[in-house]
Amino acid sequence: MTQVALPRTLDEAVSAASCEPDTELLAGGTDFCVEVNFGLRRPHRVVCLRRVGELRRWQVGDDQVVLGAGTTYTDMVERLGDDLPGLAAAARTVGSPQIRNAGTLGGNIATASPAGDALPFLVAADAVAVLRGPHGDREAAVADLITGVKRTDIGPGEVVVEVRMPRFRGPQQFLKVGTRNAMVIAIASAALVVDVERHQVRGALGSVAPVPVRIRRAEELINAEIDWEALTAPAAAVDAFAAAAAEAASPITDHRSTAAYRRRAVEVICARALRRCLTRVD
Amino acid sequence: MSTETAGEMVAFEPVEGYQLTVNGTGMVVEEAWLGESLLYVLRERLGLPGSKNACEQGECGSCSVLLDGAVVCSCCVLAVDAVGSDVRTVEGLTASGEVADIQDALVAAGGVQCGFCTPGFVVAIYDLLRRSPAAGDLEVREALSGNLCRCTGYGRILEAVRQVEERRALGNG
Repeated sequence: MTQVALPRTLDEAVSAASCEPDTELLAGGTDFCVEVNFGLRRPHRVVCLRRVGELRRWQVGDDQVVLGAGTTYTDMVERLGDDLPGLAAAARTVGSPQIRNAGTLGGNIATASPAGDALPFLVAADAVAVLRGPHGDREAAVADLITGVKRTDIGPGEVVVEVRMPRFRGPQQFLKVGTRNAMVIAIASAALVVDVERHQVRGALGSVAPVPVRIRRAEELINAEIDWEALTAPAAAVDAFAAAAAEAASPITDHRSTAAYRRRAVEVICARALRRCLTRVD
Repeated sequence: MSTETAGEMVAFEPVEGYQLTVNGTGMVVEEAWLGESLLYVLRERLGLPGSKNACEQGECGSCSVLLDGAVVCSCCVLAVDAVGSDVRTVEGLTASGEVADIQDALVAAGGVQCGFCTPGFVVAIYDLLRRSPAAGDLEVREALSGNLCRCTGYGRILEAVRQVEERRALGNG
């Protein structure tokens, strides 16, 4: 007999989640339900998280940003665009209004698709996920939590509660390549977060490896070349940044694109994203 | 189905029978399975076939409904997860049939050919114009980007939205 729990509080959700080993968590449903519809998943016991108000809240402080796992893509677009323009830009590229109203940040992490559009931003921003489970709370970097294609280190009974990241001041960009401007699963994507206080460019790529890829060597190259007062950089440095970013990718050829196209796309969108972050390229 | 709360515990309930509130009316779903989508339950169990079933993966928008006021694909909602929520389908967006102007405009502008996608478009257009009565072309395109139409090429549908906006503006003027 199939069973469902409809908790309203986080405590209720966590206690329900850890009750039996075959318990599955349901957030926005935009991946989960598709798998059920296609016969790839036959749920027996589901905890629906949609009613848990504690998960759908966010806080932008002076030094830290906290985003509840139930924050929807629509919330990110409509409510977080001023403080997290890179995340809002990524959310804007997710699916359609119907999908953005349902899909959540926590669901994006737990599903761990290589094409998860919020993930490059979270990895670029060094976001840390807070998980609550039968053994209490723990924190894990989103980059560490996602271990492979649709694989995570989230344990049985653990609920993603929120993500925390530093508050960054400076331009942010998210660019994505696909066949349309809407309803598209990324062929390649890139998130850039410019931290004008610490003089750092941070970046990560999506859809070009099993997991989101941080572009650390490219970051090191460009950090030294930017005039941080004027926020300008030489054109050759932007090109070197983009080339190093493309080297960080390990794309495959599949039904959506080829490895060669993806690598080239990374180079193009990383250069474009950086140029948009800078006031001028000399 | 009731969800009993005792302290911090929340009870699992068997998914046998439960009640949904659809278009303002309580409707009982019996002998259900957990994995049934809201779309399936609306069409096959509750006699509301307006929401159409095409892709079953949130790509086409033909199953669009309002769930607590937000437009979603009903194929991507577990029906039992809609317990306690306000579900509005194309059959009952308003009690008075106020959306007739959207439907009239779609017909008049040639925005209906085979008609399969039309209910989903009606729900999406209704949602858009409620939020943004004077939406411009880009906003309309964005709002309808999750609804696929394989007949019209969209031009006639966009024209229908423009007509509804104009007529409502005149009517309210």
